[in-house]
Amino acid sequence: MTVAVPTSLSDALAAIAQNPAAQIIQGGTDLMVEINFNRRKPTDVIALRRVLELREWSIAKDGSTITIGAGLPYAQMEDDEIARLVPALAQAARTVGSPQIRAAGSIGGNLGTCSPAGDALPVLSALDAIVHLRSSTGARNISVHEFMVGVKRNARAPDEIIVSVTLPIVTGWQGYAKVGVRNAMVISIASCCLAVDRTNSAIRIALGAVGPTIIRCRATEAWLTSQLDLSSVNTVSTNLLKEFGDRVAQEAKPIDDHRSTAVYRRHAVSTLAKRLLTRANTP
Amino acid sequence: MKNTVSTNTVSINTVSTSTVSTDTITGTRREVRRDILGAPALRPDGADKVQGKFAFSSDIWAEHMLWGATLRSPHPYARIVSIDLSAAFDIDGVEAIITAVDVPGKKTYGLISSDQPVFASDFVRYVGEPVACVAADHPETCRRALAAINVIYEVLTPLTDPERALLPETPKIHPDGNMLRYQKIICGDQTIQGEIIVENTYELGMQDQAFLGLEAAMAFPDSGGAGVDLVIATQWIHEDQKQIAACLDLPVDKVRVTLGGVGGAFGAREDISLQVHCCLLALKTSRPIKMQYSREESFYGHVHRHPAKIWIRHHATNEGIIQRIESKMVFDGGAYASTSAAVLINGITHIQGPYKCESATVHGFAVRTNNPPCGAMRGFGVVQACFAHESQMDKLAVACGLSPVEIRLRNAMRTGDKLITGQVIESVAPVERCIRETDAIPMPVPLARDANPLELVGGSGLTSLPQNIVRGVGWGVSIKNLMYSEKFDDYATARCQLHDGIVNLKFATAEVGQGFVVLAPQIARSVLGVDEVILDPVDTRIGSAGSTSASRQTWMSGGAVDGACRLVREQLFEHVGKIHNIDPLRLVIEDTDIVDMIGDFRISVIDASTGAHFDQTFEHHHRPTEELDENGQGNCHVAFAFVAHRAVVDVDVELGLVKVIQIATAQDVGRVLNPIAAIGQVEGGIAQGLGLAVMEEIVLDNGKIRNPSFTDYLLPTTLDMPDVIAVLIEEPEPQAPLGAKGIGEPPCISVTPAIAAAIRNATGRDLPRVPIRPQDICL
Ligand SMILES: Cc1cc2nc3c(=O)[nH]c(=O)nc-3n(C[C@H](O)[C@H](O)[C@H](O)COP(=O)(O)OP(=O)(O)OC[C@H]3O[C@@H](n4cnc5c(N)ncnc54)[C@H](O)[C@@H]3O)c2cc1C
Repeated sequence: MTVAVPTSLSDALAAIAQNPAAQIIQGGTDLMVEINFNRRKPTDVIALRRVLELREWSIAKDGSTITIGAGLPYAQMEDDEIARLVPALAQAARTVGSPQIRAAGSIGGNLGTCSPAGDALPVLSALDAIVHLRSSTGARNISVHEFMVGVKRNARAPDEIIVSVTLPIVTGWQGYAKVGVRNAMVISIASCCLAVDRTNSAIRIALGAVGPTIIRCRATEAWLTSQLDLSSVNTVSTNLLKEFGDRVAQEAKPIDDHRSTAVYRRHAVSTLAKRLLTRANTP
Repeated sequence: MKNTVSTNTVSINTVSTSTVSTDTITGTRREVRRDILGAPALRPDGADKVQGKFAFSSDIWAEHMLWGATLRSPHPYARIVSIDLSAAFDIDGVEAIITAVDVPGKKTYGLISSDQPVFASDFVRYVGEPVACVAADHPETCRRALAAINVIYEVLTPLTDPERALLPETPKIHPDGNMLRYQKIICGDQTIQGEIIVENTYELGMQDQAFLGLEAAMAFPDSGGAGVDLVIATQWIHEDQKQIAACLDLPVDKVRVTLGGVGGAFGAREDISLQVHCCLLALKTSRPIKMQYSREESFYGHVHRHPAKIWIRHHATNEGIIQRIESKMVFDGGAYASTSAAVLINGITHIQGPYKCESATVHGFAVRTNNPPCGAMRGFGVVQACFAHESQMDKLAVACGLSPVEIRLRNAMRTGDKLITGQVIESVAPVERCIRETDAIPMPVPLARDANPLELVGGSGLTSLPQNIVRGVGWGVSIKNLMYSEKFDDYATARCQLHDGIVNLKFATAEVGQGFVVLAPQIARSVLGVDEVILDPVDTRIGSAGSTSASRQTWMSGGAVDGACRLVREQLFEHVGKIHNIDPLRLVIEDTDIVDMIGDFRISVIDASTGAHFDQTFEHHHRPTEELDENGQGNCHVAFAFVAHRAVVDVDVELGLVKVIQIATAQDVGRVLNPIAAIGQVEGGIAQGLGLAVMEEIVLDNGKIRNPSFTDYLLPTTLDMPDVIAVLIEEPEPQAPLGAKGIGEPPCISVTPAIAAAIRNATGRDLPRVPIRPQDICL
């Protein structure tokens, strides 16, 4: 096995251009598990750990967006400034694994694996994030919705590196909640991100672990926009909340597996969505 | 985590563990703490384990060694049509491949009945059953070789429902039949109908011991194949030795077993796993063989806790006094017998719980299925019984309008009471005190409206706010037998040598984490007044110590070490008496000196033993027990220990999520020999019982394990562990050599029903099955 350890993005891009079959590793918290279980046997590895450009984050000059490097560890996404600008992302980062995993794991890896239970992904989906991909020959910026193709499948070309994601900085409440069967270090069996955009009177809801990939509840979003004035905090009636929950449940496509049942997942994700909507409307 | 220990006579900070000694050079007396019995002595291997320096069995390495690996059945039930090894032999680096035909001696093994093949040859009966082993130069070569072995199976319909196994028309999946054991208990008046009758059917899922140090061993062959040395992480080296020798067709003394570093056991290392395979490969290749399981393989490689289904009906008076119990208990033993027969007996003989009961009708069945084999796990059959009887106590309390505490106090058994087996409880039995002391432990502060969300149910998942959470309280009380039962003489041996003020102790007691390596020197220091104690390697060059299980080693091996040290002390006193012309009967040990009780003669043990050598071996036997007769009557158990647990839980009722907030417990320990070690057992047991209550389960689908990894077999993390407030009740047990009862198993037994009861209390649900899953609570 060869391991390339580039120290700059251009070296990394050159390495992958030369050998697109090489396996990229960032924090290794997904990949090393696969290797240990003998599910993957890479012959060539490109380690991005030393590519510092991938570990940066920045706010656009006009303050409208935030860009997170693909290699930024979760622990740094709990940073006060990030938590203030995109609280849902900081909350999602905080739910990942244990302190050790959060010190190593990254958004690039979460996107690379593209598991429906990936905790950063519902946030990226709800906020309509843009994924920045680079290869030695060019750059692509694609919507996260196009990037996530299916269960553990994404739109990255073999010679591309995920460089960063850009998220809008939105005025309005946002939050992330996740159900697992223990109180820490647990894979999501249902999760939800809800983000209100006061400026545009819009609401966005994305669900994790209840379908082959992250589900955006566009029908529910449209319905709710017609029911509630989203430009300010509202009292949400019990009936409205119930119908909202039912609609979210309908958009979920959960399955039965050894971690949980479809019925429970549907119930849980709808409950989470209702709770987040209530929190969003708590003055 | 905040833990406080409070006991009636000893707590961690009392000076009873300190002692005054005289500095031999300056002659001044000073306070020093000697690590004698009662002191909070630290484990000699503790710091190394924390720092990753401790050598576990998997860390052993040898020049020229080969790696061994196991081919396992992918089917729960199939007939082996053929096994073709040729392609595997062709792989470079493969040195040996063995199957059933290569087993020179007995083709089967087993702790109680020898029904489990070393390698399957005709049928495979569970997913993971060994079919062949390879030895090769590298684990990767092993993996390729295993993939190249071509086994053709005729797949058969597995028997996975234990109740179906009981039906006469169900085909037998093993020549010994599908019934591993049936035993009934018929006692007292069979016709009583209580004014109050409560009944229900309870179920427990399959729990894994989930020790952290995976199965690992290294075998070193004698030249010429005349014998073998095996270094292994195990629970009972002499039992391994006996079973291995029979399969290898070697005299027992040609199989020398040494204990390697063990990372936990909890019952899972009692049965043979890789022992025979590893030795066979070593003898076949004449090279050292290293074998170690991965986490996934470990799930297939050892026995688990029996899933059980228990129907139970209590008859009681209007005042809540239990009159009669009826029960049918079905334990799923999986494909092979292991210790199922003994687990079953523990289950049925403990179904009354720590409560008086004069009449009983109990039918117990341990059955064979094509599920993974089940055997010993901490609590050994009593965990299952306790979940059922404690759930019933709460039903009884409701039916009689009593509190959970009151119903238990009214029925609490005492020393002198007769069990449903006819056996009289001779042990100290402070059941009432366990309940009252637990009840007196302060409740946790109520959930604050502005609590930190990360500390609420759901943790960092931010699922729940205080208004989503309901708090519940529940109780569990248990009785657990100590040592082996039914006529088994599980004695323990120890040797003590004293020379020049130094003690060497030798025993075959497996240290699996319970702390005998710290206790044994404490005993020697107390008895002999020495400070320096050396532990010799744990191997088969001394008599058996029995298994590190059944909460027995402090009592049994502790008794053996104590006995050997006392014999040496007698010799020492005779020696000193002769030299100084004092009647040895007047001599006693005081701190590190030998003193004359009547005169003012005093000599240090170091001085007295310089130039001398004392050497004594002692076997400790517990009192004999009896087999049960046809009606389940007989003095089948040695002794009993008791404990009470009160659980406080927070439940998000709508999402079905649980967080245990506090466990209060008072445990009957006889005597605290080492408060740190005792609390370690209490907390660890509670964690394991908590796991069974709310998350730990091997999920089976038609005989296949769906979650053989720590990603999906969930163990409690530190954030799932509540505050534990423990009271250790010290009423020394007259039968026990050191006055101390075994304390390893009780903590994990009644904590499970206590947590289940607390969740019922918060939700109003029946919840007859553990682990309790979110969907059981909210759907
Ligand atoms: C104990 C444990 C607990 C966990 N808990 C959680 C959890 O709670 N929530 C959760 O969402 N996940 C969890 N995970 C999974 C994992 O930590 C996350 O998916 C994490 O985001 C992966 O990031 P990484 O940098 O470690 O990825 P890596 O393992 O390095 O890579 C993962 C995949 O992404 C690819 N990749 C990585 N970076 C790039 C890049 N820049 N460009 C292109 N491809 C790339 C790799 O080639 C690989 O295929 C857990 C894992 C473990 C071991």
